[in-house]
Amino acid sequence: MTTQPKKARVSTTVNGQPVDVLVAPYQSLLEMLREVLGLTGTKEGCNDGNCGACTVSLDGRIVDSCLVLGAEADGKRVDTIEGMARPEGLHPLQQAFLEEAALQCGICTPGFLVAARALLEREPHPSEERIRLWLAGNLCRCTGYDKIVGAVRKAAALDGAGNGRAAG
Amino acid sequence: MHPFQYLAPTTVKEVVSTLSRYGDRARCLAGGTDVLVQLRGGRFEIDALVDVKGVPELMELRLGADGLHLGAAVPCYRVYESPRVAKAYPGIVDSASIIGGIQIQSRASIGGNLCNASPSADSICSLIVHDAVARIAGPRGNREVEVAGFCVGPGKNVLRKGEFLVSIFVPKPAARFGAAYKRFIPRNEMDIAVAGAGASVTLNAKGKIVAARIALAAVGPTPIVASRAAASLLDREPTPEAFARAGDIAALETHPIDDMRGTADYRVELSRVLTRRTLAVAAERAKGAK
Ligand SMILES: Cc1cc2nc3c(=O)[nH]c(=O)nc-3n(C[C@H](O)[C@H](O)[C@H](O)COP(=O)(O)OP(=O)(O)OC[C@H]3O[C@@H](n4cnc5c(N)ncnc54)[C@H](O)[C@@H]3O)c2cc1C
Ligand code: FES
Ligand code: FES
Repeated sequence: MTTQPKKARVSTTVNGQPVDVLVAPYQSLLEMLREVLGLTGTKEGCNDGNCGACTVSLDGRIVDSCLVLGAEADGKRVDTIEGMARPEGLHPLQQAFLEEAALQCGICTPGFLVAARALLEREPHPSEERIRLWLAGNLCRCTGYDKIVGAVRKAAALDGAGNGRAAG
Repeated sequence: MHPFQYLAPTTVKEVVSTLSRYGDRARCLAGGTDVLVQLRGGRFEIDALVDVKGVPELMELRLGADGLHLGAAVPCYRVYESPRVAKAYPGIVDSASIIGGIQIQSRASIGGNLCNASPSADSICSLIVHDAVARIAGPRGNREVEVAGFCVGPGKNVLRKGEFLVSIFVPKPAARFGAAYKRFIPRNEMDIAVAGAGASVTLNAKGKIVAARIALAAVGPTPIVASRAAASLLDREPTPEAFARAGDIAALETHPIDDMRGTADYRVELSRVLTRRTLAVAAERAKGAK
């Protein structure tokens, strides 16, 4: 057993706020968010890249935060589910998920929302096929997906869902 | 998980000296989509993870007059989102766009896919049928190895102590060259290939095949180069019959095993069908290429 490696200092921007933290060099970005910063909106499902529950946006690209080291976020911008709603109300995707009953237990929901937001920012009016392909890295054990896809379509139909409101 | 240091060198030299110092107690980190999973699963124990993404050569994606220079850590999305690269190398895009889902493609690199040397890796066969070359740096300088000879066993590659992959060079395709890759998975996305096939063909001005390459995934301990199947196509017209025959021969060149994803017999059959189908796509692309 070697000695504990020294902590890495990470300067990052989380949901627009500058953040300076110390993390163990082997800690994932998911652990950094949840355990060091107390941002527990990002969920752990599988911890191996298969379920997408831990999806966050890193410098504008969605990643599985369980497969990124916290140390790698140094100098980068991280956007999580906590940055999605605004004081004046929910993001149109969040609203649509509620209205369409696109969640049951809710563990997968933050990941789906962050991933769907990234899609609508790039492609404001995606086809159903495109939505399903884009969200293939997110698993849901409850809904059977149709309601999730329906909610994304509904949000996409509302103008500007992907613009302005989104931080990532 | 055994605690390890995170090191982020910014030059090729520094990576080599770090890797030389730690030996097999260090590993490179590109997108982390294999290595972090393996570390967490206790596959091996290390003292340092060496992030190579800070080295400019590893993040370079450049289409030169001689061919494609693909930095070893360039994530998959950059390959298919570059219109020029995507147009020039649709066979490589076939692979880059099916590795994992969008989240994985934000991070996973083709270099990492190659170094990980999994028999089922989706990019290695594509690289082989493009005659790609691995550019390696190490304590004794640089060397080049054909991608076709890079993997030596499941999870094993030719890299020696202190060496690492800097980039992959894909030569500029000849006129009337086309390539394609297909795999079979039981789902639509996000799964590991039960079998895969890459193929390339080059046609002459009369439309006859003057060069062909076939490489098969997940049907042996390393990607398999089906050279007899490819040779059967020389001087032939790119017809369904010729491709079916090449598929039959390719099936005989496999050495698959039974595992949870499929039986050996099933994989032989898949190799036959996938070879035929990828050859057809490659030939169509060759006809379209100037
Ligand atoms: C959910 C999920 C789905 C996946 N789906 C697929 C799929 O469909 N098809 C497929 O083929 N793979 C798949 N994979 C496996 C993985 O994503 C790919 O193999 C990927 O291309 C690896 O690239 P990386 O940059 O993440 O590599 P890393 O994990 O960073 O590295 C992989 C290995 O190569 C070594 N390495 C990395 N860079 C270098 C270098 N420059 N020099 C020397 N050694 C180096 C590392 O030390 C490690 O051993 C999947 C993985 C996950 C988690
Ligand atoms: S927890 Fe990260 S993908 Fe499942
Ligand atoms: S709502 Fe339960 S996993 Fe999706």
